[in-house]
Amino acid sequence: MIEVKKLYKKFGKNEVLKGLDLTIEGNGIFTILGPNGSGKTTLIKSILGMVLPDSGDITINGENVIKKWDYRKDIDYMPQIANFPSNLTVNELFSMIIDLRGSEKRKDEIVKLFGLNEFLEKKLGTLSGGTRQKVNIVLSFMFDSPIIILDEPTTGLDPVSLIRLKDLLASEKEKGKTILITTHIMDFVEQISDQIVFILEGVIYFRGTVNELREKTNQPNIERAIASILSETYA
Amino acid sequence: MLKILKYSFYDLIRSRWSYVYLAFYMLLGFVLLFLNNDLSKAVITLMNVIVVLTPLIGTIFGIMYYYSSREFTELLLAQPIKRRNIFLGQYLGVALSLSASLIVGLGVPFIAYGIFYSGAIWNYITLLITATFLTMIFTALAFNIAISTENRIKGFGYAILLWLFMAVIYDGMFLLGLVVYSEYPLESFSLFATLLNPIDLSRILILLKLDISALLGYTGAVFQKFFGTNQGMFTSLAVLFVWTIIPIWRIVAKSNKKDF
Repeated sequence: MIEVKKLYKKFGKNEVLKGLDLTIEGNGIFTILGPNGSGKTTLIKSILGMVLPDSGDITINGENVIKKWDYRKDIDYMPQIANFPSNLTVNELFSMIIDLRGSEKRKDEIVKLFGLNEFLEKKLGTLSGGTRQKVNIVLSFMFDSPIIILDEPTTGLDPVSLIRLKDLLASEKEKGKTILITTHIMDFVEQISDQIVFILEGVIYFRGTVNELREKTNQPNIERAIASILSETYA
Repeated sequence: MLKILKYSFYDLIRSRWSYVYLAFYMLLGFVLLFLNNDLSKAVITLMNVIVVLTPLIGTIFGIMYYYSSREFTELLLAQPIKRRNIFLGQYLGVALSLSASLIVGLGVPFIAYGIFYSGAIWNYITLLITATFLTMIFTALAFNIAISTENRIKGFGYAILLWLFMAVIYDGMFLLGLVVYSEYPLESFSLFATLLNPIDLSRILILLKLDISALLGYTGAVFQKFFGTNQGMFTSLAVLFVWTIIPIWRIVAKSNKKDF
């Protein structure tokens, strides 16, 4: 369970999070949506301890995690930009992260799923953007941690890999994992999301299922629903 | 920390630039020995190159490595390790791989020439120790600049300015000060001013070891007079050590408070 209470964060004069409260419990796929600069990434990075909040509390399974580091062994994270040390091979990168986290549970299975076998001995600097993103996916799924956080996971993936990613997410959910995803691809949200957390101007503006969002805004699909929320608030 | 160090060292030691750097020192070593035909003279010439070049390379590599691995650092920050270990590991990876290029690059020609059977061995070792210190210091300073500056272009500019200031401008200003205030007693001022610049300090340390008073210059002479040769060397080594520790400490302190 992830509990965020009264989270505030300012970058210079720019107040990004303004007392955000959020509780995420149980298994399921939670998509975090919001316009650019609404605080999605800041929220995720605060949960991971990369951004240090000005005030507020974050607890994971009842334990306060601010300024701690050990709790991250229960979280798998996939950053938005996949950029790795260019002179290491894919295998060396895997063993580095395995070295840091302890033993992997299912590396070979996911490597195979995304067709990375032929790239294992290649240097990371020579890989294409999409292949690097697949490496990124393997890194974030091979430890089988109970919480998974993905920041824009679809960037650069071909249709086949995208389908495999969706299937993978569905099976992870069945295993009882909590999955947080930020994305701007609304089709993806409609297909996979159990709950939507919509952030606007540093607080949670809406929380509920895709259907609830459609009903609330009277719009046929979620892209339009979100556009209607935004035009209301921008007006 | 050691795990991060291991992999950033692997990564760097295989980069093309490490080989270029190594090859440069090897070539320089062979050419100098060939031209001078004298180990002590080669050490002096080498000193003049090293006190300027190692800080430059340390600065540039340090700043480039930090900025180019920024996204990967974010991935590491999400792993169950302390921040301190990530940044110390990366810093040591850069500093040690540069030092390795330097020591191997200069080691091969001098060993081939027979440095182990020569009286100049300690002079040569002093040179390598000083060069390693300069690499550690300037890489740490570059990391400091990079951690405090989000904008890469600005950070790069500051780093180059820092090197230029320490290697060139500082001496000029110092000399100007000595000329302008030549009627006043300047011993303690120049002693103090030397301690504030690791490049000057390294130069004096090597010259004290080589025991060539003609090359010592004003600051070196003051240094020698004040401390004597042995204590002078000890003092300069100790201050170089402080110069290494403070920026490393600041890397840790800054990174603990930073948002990524």
